[in-house]
Amino acid sequence: MPEHEAGGTPTVEVRDFLRRRREQIAQRWADEPLFRTVFTVSRDEAVEAGKVVVDALAEVADAGRVEDPDAAGFSGLREQLSRMGAARSRAGLSTTQVSSELAALWPPVENLLVADMDEAPPERTRECASALGVLMGTLRLVAMQAALSEGQALIDRQRLQLLEVATPVIKLWDGIVAVPLIGTLDSARSQVVMETLLNAVVDQQARFAILDITGVPTVDSLVAQHLMKTVAAARLMGAECVVSGIRPAIAQTIVHLGLDLGTVKTRASLADALGHCLHELGTNIVNAAPDGAGRR
Amino acid sequence: MSEQSSRPVAGHVPVLRLGEVLLVTLQGDLYDTTAQQLQQDLSETIATSRVTGVVIDISGVEVVDSFLGRVLAEIAAQSELLAARTVLAGMRPAVAITLVELGLTLPGMRTALNTEAALELLTRPAVPSRSGGLRQESP
Repeated sequence: MPEHEAGGTPTVEVRDFLRRRREQIAQRWADEPLFRTVFTVSRDEAVEAGKVVVDALAEVADAGRVEDPDAAGFSGLREQLSRMGAARSRAGLSTTQVSSELAALWPPVENLLVADMDEAPPERTRECASALGVLMGTLRLVAMQAALSEGQALIDRQRLQLLEVATPVIKLWDGIVAVPLIGTLDSARSQVVMETLLNAVVDQQARFAILDITGVPTVDSLVAQHLMKTVAAARLMGAECVVSGIRPAIAQTIVHLGLDLGTVKTRASLADALGHCLHELGTNIVNAAPDGAGRR
Repeated sequence: MSEQSSRPVAGHVPVLRLGEVLLVTLQGDLYDTTAQQLQQDLSETIATSRVTGVVIDISGVEVVDSFLGRVLAEIAAQSELLAARTVLAGMRPAVAITLVELGLTLPGMRTALNTEAALELLTRPAVPSRSGGLRQESP
């Protein structure tokens, strides 16, 4: 075995081993569940992906930074790792399962390393195996980081989308706007609701604003406080704010909690609120007479 | 002197009389002394000219602090004592949110979307018709 020079640190030896056994490692990894299930089109694809990972590991070992997840060699790998992690997550695997699948990449490499170094002193073999183990651990860490940041990015994106779609302002009549609220109100959302509603009041010169909370599952003291703030702000701008869609259960909750909504004008349904606003505007809606002529 | 010219400390806000209503338009940043001067000017004008309403247009004001909020509330209260109703017109959304967060909801203050709506509010009878009752239809 000419490869066994006495000199060189364990990381250098690991690098040489990775470059030498690149093909075999990739072949064995291709049979592991992680690669097999992500690259379903062909085995060659999985082997190629495995080679990319081995090359990156060799580069990191070359730099001597086996324990550093920010090593330059990993940066090119993140996209692929997050893609693999995302594919496994989509398949319904938990983070723990993905992590253990990543851990399963280690034994085949270790076996190859031990087989490769059967003539070297046992101490040397242990050192190399340990360095390689650290390197594989770092790879696992990088993969989990990539998967988690992917998930975080998705959550951030969806939160933004939720804020955008959650607060439509509807013009019901000349001078009457309504905001149907759907889902749980937190402080960030109620801030957006307040701003959009007040801006709509200015834009449309609306004298009445209706906050419909039919779609809000629960009302607690925090939500009530937000409602009162919105109502007070609308009043300061010269608009009257009506809260509608208070269901019987919510009305009971509010009473049980002892919340005082005395300053807030409330109506049972959006229709009632609209009727109230139209009445205040001096607009009367009358049923058409059977003969078609309007009646006052 | 140069500092005084760049930061007017005791300016007068013009008070315009439109029939039985006084119209005050606030623009930009308002200094504390200016606000107090306005408060004094208004009370004197109301007392001498027997107007029935005051409209304060703050659509040009981007920042209302707690002091200005208090001065506005005091103007409303003292006008009420002199039998004139005060209407605050055209508050910006950002200002309204700030005031509410400060806890200055100005209870009892009449508000309107704009000056036109404020003047219309003042021409209506002093006690607005209660909601729920049948509205008086004009023929």
